Amino acid sequence: MNIVALDQLWVYLSGHPLVSLLATLVAFITASWLNRKMGGTPLLHPVILSIALLIGFLLLAGIDYSTYFEGAQFIHFLLGPATVALAIPLYDHLERVRAMLMPILLACCAGIVTAVGSTIGLAALMGAAPETLLSLAPRSVTSPIAMGIAEQVGGIPSLAAGLVLLTGSVGCALGPWILRLMRIEDPSVQGFTMGLAAHGFGTAHCFASMGAMAGAFAGLGMALTGLLTAFLLPLMTTLLGL
Amino acid sequence: MPLIVGMSLLLGCQFIGELLARGLAVPVPGPVLGMLVLLLALMIHGRVPSALRHSGEGLLRYLTLLFVPAGVGVMVHAQLIMADLWVIGVTLVVSTALTLAVTAKVMSWLSQRRLRRGTGA
Repeated sequence: MNIVALDQLWVYLSGHPLVSLLATLVAFITASWLNRKMGGTPLLHPVILSIALLIGFLLLAGIDYSTYFEGAQFIHFLLGPATVALAIPLYDHLERVRAMLMPILLACCAGIVTAVGSTIGLAALMGAAPETLLSLAPRSVTSPIAMGIAEQVGGIPSLAAGLVLLTGSVGCALGPWILRLMRIEDPSVQGFTMGLAAHGFGTAHCFASMGAMAGAFAGLGMALTGLLTAFLLPLMTTLLGL
Repeated sequence: MPLIVGMSLLLGCQFIGELLARGLAVPVPGPVLGMLVLLLALMIHGRVPSALRHSGEGLLRYLTLLFVPAGVGVMVHAQLIMADLWVIGVTLVVSTALTLAVTAKVMSWLSQRRLRRGTGA
């Protein structure tokens, strides 16, 4: 038993997928526990907190993101089947969706135009670089779609993905507060709004704290926004002459 | 076994979704098309098989966890984001707040008007 082997052991283990997988789960458990301790405040959302904890851990341990992702990809992979599974709550609430089809479609168009218009407007007013501007434009769309759109209109796909994640965090923090302020109590409206403005983050937040009906509408909002933005945004940037 | 059957159904739909996305060269990710495929299948089948519900709802319960690995990726873009920090920060907060408010307002206004018309007629 010698102690020198310990740091060699760490060098070996820190590159092992097991460490990042375990760290992700432990960070999530810690973040959920902390969030409950703080009275479930949306400002310290478990996802944001876990991400912050993990970034801190990776920087301290000197593990780079690609090494981390080798382990964490097993969790990341489940996003695919989970997205497909959104069809289940959607099917459960199909009657409600049918009855509200027109409000849903119109609210979706209004939301997308607001999201893209105000983003481009504000960023241009404050003098953002053109690449940043175009990477910001698809920010309210779920990241795989956003990356495709950013590439199409001339932004930086990887930056767009990062901004999408930040948007999701901001939406989770602001959403419940704004909905309460506006006295929106219908779970279908709450869910749809969260899904449209904060994509997967908002959807996950709805399932975790607003119930299955809100979650179903959030999933619908996310999917519809993704599909419509993919067609609308290139059109809008052309119209605005960007 | 129900977990395996359910998971196979979900992955199968995702597979069809990926095939459609690649085959038709549409800029929509495979899982989103897979979700539409599953929804269509459920509408034809008429109910949700219990194996599918079991694994699907299990995944959705932990949906927040699944976003963590991608979220940690923000650290890679730290420099790009720092360069335009203020612009990005203000834009994200103001524009997200506006988007939330407009969407909620339009949808609740339209759905209430629809309800009133439905009961008033």
